[in-house]
Amino acid sequence: MRRRTAASKGRHPKKGVALPLDGEVIHKTMTDKKITFKIKRQDKPGSPSYWQNFQVPYKPFANIISCLMEIQKNPTTKAGKTVAPVTWDCNCLEEVCGSCTMVINGKVRQACTALIDNLEQPIALEPMSKFPVVRDLQVNRSRMFENLKKVKAWIDIDGSHDIGEGAIMPDSDRAKRYVMSECMTCGCCIEACPQFSLTNSFMGAATFNQVRLFNLHPAGSMNKEERLDAVMGEGGITDCGNAQVCVEVCPKNIPLTESIADIGRQTSWQFIKNLLVK
Amino acid sequence: MMNRKKKIVIIGGGLAGLALAMKFCERNGEVTVVSYQSLKRSHSVCAQGGINAAIDAKNEGDSPEKHFYDTIEGGDFLAHQPLVRDMCFQAPAIIHLMDRMGVAFNRTGEGHLDFRRFGGTLYNRTAFAGATTGQQLVYALDEQVRSNIHDGNATALEWHEYLGAVLDSDGICRGAVIHDLKTDEIYTLPADAVVLATGGPGQVYGRSTNSVVNTGAAATTAYLQGAKYANGEFIQIHPTAIPGQDKLRLMSESARGEGGRIWVPRKADDRRDPNKIPQNERFYFLEEKYPLFKNLVPRDVASREIYDIVYNQNMGVDGDPMVYLDLTHKSREFLDNRLGGIMDIYTKFTGVDPRDHPMKIFPAVHYSMGGLWTDYGPDQNGLIDHGSPRNQMTSITGLFAAGEADYQYHGANRLGANSLLSCIYTGLMMARGIMNYTDSLEKSVDDIPSTVFDDARNHWKTRFKEIKKMNGRENPYQLHQELGEVMLANVLIVRDNKSLEKATDEINDIETRFKDVKCLDTSDWANPSPSFINQLFCMIHLSKIITKGALLRDEFRGSHYKPDFDLNQPKDFDPHEYIEYLEQKQYGDISEDKFPAGHLDYMKRFEENNIKWLKTTVAQFKDNQPDITYDEVDTSLITPRPRKYD
Repeated sequence: MRRRTAASKGRHPKKGVALPLDGEVIHKTMTDKKITFKIKRQDKPGSPSYWQNFQVPYKPFANIISCLMEIQKNPTTKAGKTVAPVTWDCNCLEEVCGSCTMVINGKVRQACTALIDNLEQPIALEPMSKFPVVRDLQVNRSRMFENLKKVKAWIDIDGSHDIGEGAIMPDSDRAKRYVMSECMTCGCCIEACPQFSLTNSFMGAATFNQVRLFNLHPAGSMNKEERLDAVMGEGGITDCGNAQVCVEVCPKNIPLTESIADIGRQTSWQFIKNLLVK
Repeated sequence: MMNRKKKIVIIGGGLAGLALAMKFCERNGEVTVVSYQSLKRSHSVCAQGGINAAIDAKNEGDSPEKHFYDTIEGGDFLAHQPLVRDMCFQAPAIIHLMDRMGVAFNRTGEGHLDFRRFGGTLYNRTAFAGATTGQQLVYALDEQVRSNIHDGNATALEWHEYLGAVLDSDGICRGAVIHDLKTDEIYTLPADAVVLATGGPGQVYGRSTNSVVNTGAAATTAYLQGAKYANGEFIQIHPTAIPGQDKLRLMSESARGEGGRIWVPRKADDRRDPNKIPQNERFYFLEEKYPLFKNLVPRDVASREIYDIVYNQNMGVDGDPMVYLDLTHKSREFLDNRLGGIMDIYTKFTGVDPRDHPMKIFPAVHYSMGGLWTDYGPDQNGLIDHGSPRNQMTSITGLFAAGEADYQYHGANRLGANSLLSCIYTGLMMARGIMNYTDSLEKSVDDIPSTVFDDARNHWKTRFKEIKKMNGRENPYQLHQELGEVMLANVLIVRDNKSLEKATDEINDIETRFKDVKCLDTSDWANPSPSFINQLFCMIHLSKIITKGALLRDEFRGSHYKPDFDLNQPKDFDPHEYIEYLEQKQYGDISEDKFPAGHLDYMKRFEENNIKWLKTTVAQFKDNQPDITYDEVDTSLITPRPRKYD
């Protein structure tokens, strides 16, 4: 199509009027207010942690990420000392990648959805405590990813060539799987879990949820027993203390306690079956 | 023939990179996937609405041929047609594959895949998993690759950054220079081929719907090393996003595919609660102007209309440059089931529930149709030879590109739900060609002297040492913000040469100021500062490619809208007239009186414009500037014609 109306005349916004993408809506309501932060920092693994205070200008719609970006633009503490910018992990900034998990005012959550207007100041930022700190607010969550391998959280396909349609499945089953499959491996459930520690081998709710997710799939269920065996040993499902905090902190509202209960049942049957068969 | 497995290095763990990794492992190759962060966190997870495949599940008479036509027309005929056709014909098999891998696609009453509508088509062609389809597709491919890692066929180098290609004395790519983002170590990975599946460059605009990693730095580095960059000026502005200080968050086109309506109050500056404004006092401007496609016109069209409403007609909501995207007429259950992901995002970031109140949205930079120039190998019928080593190869031998990082599939404007398709398609399709490419080489990477690798590594080590020594007055993050502001103000929906020249000057200023940057952190553990400075350097060069391409292209095509060169299509024009005109011309008798007044003149101008501008923009790095030339576009299958969506 070709434009024919006023737009095709291409008049430009009046001088000084920002484009919508330039955040006009945001900037015109700027004030002199400040946001105060207390950030727990650590230079490298094993080195001592320390706290630093920062202040950034208040802006509407600001979240933790945009404030950390402000600190990058002016890495000076509240006391006026120039320091290295705070480091943290993030990527998508809309709570689908799972990267920016940290402890904000004592609560584990994603930094992107933590809007400043809803937080009490000074805002305290800490790295998660159940994973080794890499630097500042960055932690190493590779243990969670290793667990995905332990429980074979995938479907063994015959190959990626064209062999036609997948299995027919009721939409209600799909919906059940979909909720579980939104897990971003973000670590919230792990951080909140009293059973999981830096030194033990407990797998955690996210991993059990993956077992249930794949066991529920028609093709995935063919490797059901392997997955169940993997969560029946040390660090497995029986170590769960049933504290039920995992489900409270899950940003995706995944029914983690249901998953744990279900995997508990599945492993019980598997246990009996193993006794009879092996 | 080599006596070992063929090994490739894939940069990027999004859909394109993971699809290729899976396929290459299946062909018994050895794969290293390099990712800026943990796998599962790539920008592909942000894709919401779905993935296209003309399976015709709703008995509407859809077909891959129609998908092909819609994609080409949506892209204003700037894409190479045989390749796009191949993608559209492979699409059903790709959806079935993803379904077999366990993607929780929404299903019909009988348990088959469900499909919904998207922009730029009249068919229900888009398979979807709620409103987090990209995330679900990434997870499924990630799981397959993780299984291969578990079995020892693949390695993942997470928290590693690609710095550049290792080029031998013949200019052939023999590996990649990699930067460990934790230990700060810089080293080389020798490989039979290197693939850049590194996504788009949204960060050049500061804030966009893109993720933080989307700096375009890897593709730009390839350009700086001599690779061609194509169609850089074609940047898609998505019509519907919400504001944020850190990023602009996308509200999927599927919101409109599921019945969402765009409107503004008929009376400018009507500040009533939108739910209290009666139907007849609402201006559903897309529906009125485009009775055929309604709210589902292609993105370039919708963004221009919103721009027109809020800036030229001053009808934005509450006087702000925003319009309503309204889903309140749909039931909560329906919205939660089919659009839950974006309902949550909107609620979490604005505090307003879009199930009860119309969303307030505006356009945002979203996608780059342009990218690294890549090749393809035609078969004897002029279609695609899937085994051709030319497939997806950049102009640097042995260096390939896939996904948003390449330019081949979307012409001048991408249709919604085609990006996930093009990413997975390229990843799967190119595997065989790379296998064949490694066979075709006279010298294998094993025969390349180690000095080639030493030199490449040392070059980057020196470069990073120099960056760490930078101790000027400019804050790199601040400079990045300013670069974004220049691009947003001048190289956006409506373009004119004066602003583009201004942008060129301002970018040059920023380039000068870049020399005075301060490296804020010189430590050698998990230090993002030097990497960011290098990325900023790349973004400055990429902004020059985009701006110069836009400045030189004096026409209106797809997302590149220059009103000064609008051909002003007559209101009652029918694109079929143009086909008739071409036929008559072929037989040498054009009857002036056969067409309504003004139409023939318009068609002649259209034809002339295509002769001049229906060409791929190709940028090459020369004397620190992009040197721009133009290549022919393969339009062998569908005759280019004027687009029309009403």
